[in-house]
Amino acid sequence: MNDSVSRPDFVAEHVRRLPRSGIRDFFDIVATRSDIISLGIGEPDFVTPWHIREAAITAIEHGATRYTANLGLGELRKSVCRYLRQSYDGLAYDWQSETLITVGVSEGLDLAIRATISPGDEVLYHEPCFVAYAPLVRMAHGVPVPVETHAEEDFRLTPEALEAAVTPRTRALLINFPCNPTGAVLDAADVQMLADFVTRHDLLLITDEVYSELTYEAARVSVAQVPGLRDRIIFLGGFSKAWAMTGFRLGFVCAPADLIEAMMKVHQFGMMCAPTLSQKAGVEALDNGWDDIAAMRDAYRDRRNLMCASFAEMGLDCYKPQGAFYTFPSIRSTGLSSYDFAMRFLNEESVACVPGSAFGACGEGFIRCSYATHIDKIREAMERMARFVARVRGAK
Amino acid sequence: MDRLLELLKTNARTSIETLAKQLGEPEADVEARLRDYEMRGIIRGYQAVINTDLLEDDSVRAVIELRIRPTQDGGFDRIANRIGRFDEVESMYLMSGSYDLLLFVKGRNLREVGRFVSSKLANMEGVLSTATHFMLKTYKDHGVMMEQWDHDERLRISP
Repeated sequence: MNDSVSRPDFVAEHVRRLPRSGIRDFFDIVATRSDIISLGIGEPDFVTPWHIREAAITAIEHGATRYTANLGLGELRKSVCRYLRQSYDGLAYDWQSETLITVGVSEGLDLAIRATISPGDEVLYHEPCFVAYAPLVRMAHGVPVPVETHAEEDFRLTPEALEAAVTPRTRALLINFPCNPTGAVLDAADVQMLADFVTRHDLLLITDEVYSELTYEAARVSVAQVPGLRDRIIFLGGFSKAWAMTGFRLGFVCAPADLIEAMMKVHQFGMMCAPTLSQKAGVEALDNGWDDIAAMRDAYRDRRNLMCASFAEMGLDCYKPQGAFYTFPSIRSTGLSSYDFAMRFLNEESVACVPGSAFGACGEGFIRCSYATHIDKIREAMERMARFVARVRGAK
Repeated sequence: MDRLLELLKTNARTSIETLAKQLGEPEADVEARLRDYEMRGIIRGYQAVINTDLLEDDSVRAVIELRIRPTQDGGFDRIANRIGRFDEVESMYLMSGSYDLLLFVKGRNLREVGRFVSSKLANMEGVLSTATHFMLKTYKDHGVMMEQWDHDERLRISP
């Protein structure tokens, strides 16, 4: 692209080597198509509940248009700590020294990694997973080390896989449960296993719990609740998913004071503070948004049921997700690769889903179908998928 | 409230098959429960939510506040049941406060509603006074905003 330009390639070496997200490639293809049903969207179809939007409007009316403290508004940090105490069985963080408001969980992740990872440090994370983990580690000059999870084990991390991946250079383990894209969650035994593992190897544990409010039948447990473990945990939470506030770009980090202080340095020089209007809206969400979450969670659960029942009728194996808003069915029985399945399904039936391989090599053989879409569209998409799968199988 | 009723309140046209899948229950169970709700009068009907402002239709709706004198034997119910039988009355509630009955009334035009009030309601035995307010525009009905601004502007693929 720079052939005709007589200047050096200014792109940094480690950024040049960063692969493009598989999702972006697929996005470019889908963007050229009109009139499709998309099951490829990683954000709620619900608009932010009105009273939360109204809180942002009121904040504008009152002139809340300036910076806040770098750590974030005191009232929001207090609300965050109250929320964690109430929803996580007494999980206690100090709002003044252990809580930082971020620009979405995305910034929180970046801060956690940049503040703790030195060049060459290895970071374990599970695949299939959210697309940002490995690139963020690479941009911090760390070494991302994926640990595979499998449908046969309900996409859980196993001690064997973790032990096989850990080395003397391992610095941290990064986890995301409920998981995008698999919908897997942790149970009490998993949490204890992970606690034992990070303690045994003296690791930092970064837990991305952005989907935690969207947990269905399973009881919600967090590694942060394990007694004695909190000193090695960075807890990441956010408003985007459960409160349908993606565009507000609002999240939070809770961690021991020394780690917050370190993340604060990166945040202060890179970001100053999270948007003030969003922080005002966040207070309203945490203090008065619980009925909205319950209503949206009920809707997601019904849609998940519809999708899983439809996959069963089609003969596609699918782990029944216990959290987040994605199903991750296996399409191996069709004989197609993830990419070919997604491309052909898009071309032949005008429905977009994301190839599982976009979420890591072991996502091959799966597709991610988001149920953050209106129930009528999901029903229609499932009818088309049933037709498509039958046709592919018939042609074999 | 039973999740089945909540789903039907959102979309009464959802098929039994889809309802069953959403609820994770056998179709026969869902169908039986639905029949039971209908038999017991818990489900009283299934209606469309229509934005009449968009129809080529000059019909009018009015809200009428009614003060009434309760009868000795039937209280408010007796007169309410008489009034409720008129086709013009779409909804009616017994209220606390400065009046007793609140009526939602429809008619083909202003004159028809006016006639209904003056010739049917106002001179009915036990009706003390009426106050009629005509509706000019519907913003929200049955929980549905009539104006549709909420376009799906999300990126079509996102991580």
